[in-house]
Amino acid sequence: MENNDNIDATLNHLFRQESGKMVAVLIKIFGTENIEIAEDVVQDALVSALETWKFRGMPDNPKAWLYRVARNRAIDIIRRKKHSKTIDFSDPKKQLLTSEYTLKTTMEDFWEENQVQDDFLGMMYSCCHPDISQENQITFILKVLCGFSTKEVAKSFLTSEDTISKRLYRTKEYFRKHKIRPEIPSQSAINQRTSSVLSAIYLMFNEGYNSTHTNQLIRKDLIRQAILLCQSLLSSEQTQLPEVYALMALMCFHSARLDSRVTAEGSIILLSAQDRSKWDHELIHSGQDYLNKASFGSTLTTYHLEAAIAYQHCCAECYENTNWNKILEYYNVLLNIADDPIVFLNKCLVILELQGPKEALLALEGIKKNKLLEKYYLYHATLGEIHLRLSNHSLSLAHYDKAIRLTQSKSEKRFLKDKISSYK
Amino acid sequence: MKEFLLIIRGGHDESEHRSPEEMQKHMQHWQRWMSGLAEEGKFVGGQPLKSEGKTIVEGGSRVIDRPLAEGKELVGGYLLIHADSLEDATNISKDCPGFEYNCSVEVREISPM
Repeated sequence: MENNDNIDATLNHLFRQESGKMVAVLIKIFGTENIEIAEDVVQDALVSALETWKFRGMPDNPKAWLYRVARNRAIDIIRRKKHSKTIDFSDPKKQLLTSEYTLKTTMEDFWEENQVQDDFLGMMYSCCHPDISQENQITFILKVLCGFSTKEVAKSFLTSEDTISKRLYRTKEYFRKHKIRPEIPSQSAINQRTSSVLSAIYLMFNEGYNSTHTNQLIRKDLIRQAILLCQSLLSSEQTQLPEVYALMALMCFHSARLDSRVTAEGSIILLSAQDRSKWDHELIHSGQDYLNKASFGSTLTTYHLEAAIAYQHCCAECYENTNWNKILEYYNVLLNIADDPIVFLNKCLVILELQGPKEALLALEGIKKNKLLEKYYLYHATLGEIHLRLSNHSLSLAHYDKAIRLTQSKSEKRFLKDKISSYK
Repeated sequence: MKEFLLIIRGGHDESEHRSPEEMQKHMQHWQRWMSGLAEEGKFVGGQPLKSEGKTIVEGGSRVIDRPLAEGKELVGGYLLIHADSLEDATNISKDCPGFEYNCSVEVREISPM
């Protein structure tokens, strides 16, 4: 039985790591109009691995085994469908798949390691096409490139499987209609296109990082996948851009603190109260490396600044030693690049630390009546805190109440309620 | 552009004496040659054939349990290609990897009827 558990674990791991690459190659072979065929082949390979390994034990190289089964399955499908209109063989390279003289060798070429990596990245860029909504981008990436089941994607988004299926369908339709060919964009377009890939990755990361989820497994899975995707961008020379390193650094700094943010019971622990010895210092160290690499060239993105801010928190030995002046400086530069009310709100929190509640309240006047913020729980939680410190208890209570109503997260609700009950 | 059938004969006996590595190299040669044709838009189709078969003779009344030809005369495969002329098609055929296995190639233009 232990052996079977081992097989399950290896397969799970392998599937998360490799299924996206396999699907990407198969989509290149069968075309974006046949994404289902590509997904089926990978699914079949997985099922047959599970059945075979349980009887005969795990092969020496499970990854190679899985790839070989997928390759053979693809050959079967091509033999069966070479005269049907399902697959477009007009491309010279694919034309060779229709002859037995060249089918096997051509198939081998498609699975060559560098090729696989390029196809995976190409697929990532195609998924993040600006015409596809960000929600649909991430849904598609999780399902097709990260090996999530529809059920798992639904859990990630706290929505129904039905909704996810609809999103997937729409994206597949888009691919079909526009005959999208997955490829890494040309040098001239790469910066702009990478920015949408990065925002999808960051959104995926935040989906896992923010505490909307009670399910720890799903959260960690999302974080891991976001980091894996970013890593695969960094493994290819074409996409080793400063902003990619910056996002990688940022995600390292954030995830280094992941386990200290909640108690075993799932309650939130504020930064000031976190046990800093629990932070993952190896991860912080990698983050520093990435941040150094991010500083070549003249590109300065929001990721650079957010990473720099996160680093300031990571390198402070205790909360009291936090270099708030430096952080405030970074926030000011950040706001110059992206005039974002939520960033501004965060800056006000720094002002609260540095200059006290009066100044923070004054700064917040600057974004009063912002529609987005009015609906943002953290805005009201901040005002609740400021008024509490100013001893305006009734105002504080009103804002905290609103914050509780606005957040979806149970642990945040609980945190805010505890806060109120301490002075009510 | 005209269409030509290349009839490749022989090669079955040879291939039986080759190691898997040699076979793989040979198949890579086929792939190189055919992708050249495909890139130029000259490849239409083609398949290797098994050496077993049946032959129907005497007005369809008698069936022989094997192809009529044997050894060097046995058709081992065919290709359909585009070429400008019979000369052009012949020149193309000179690079056929089948010659490594002592094959012969017959070049015939597809005839309109």
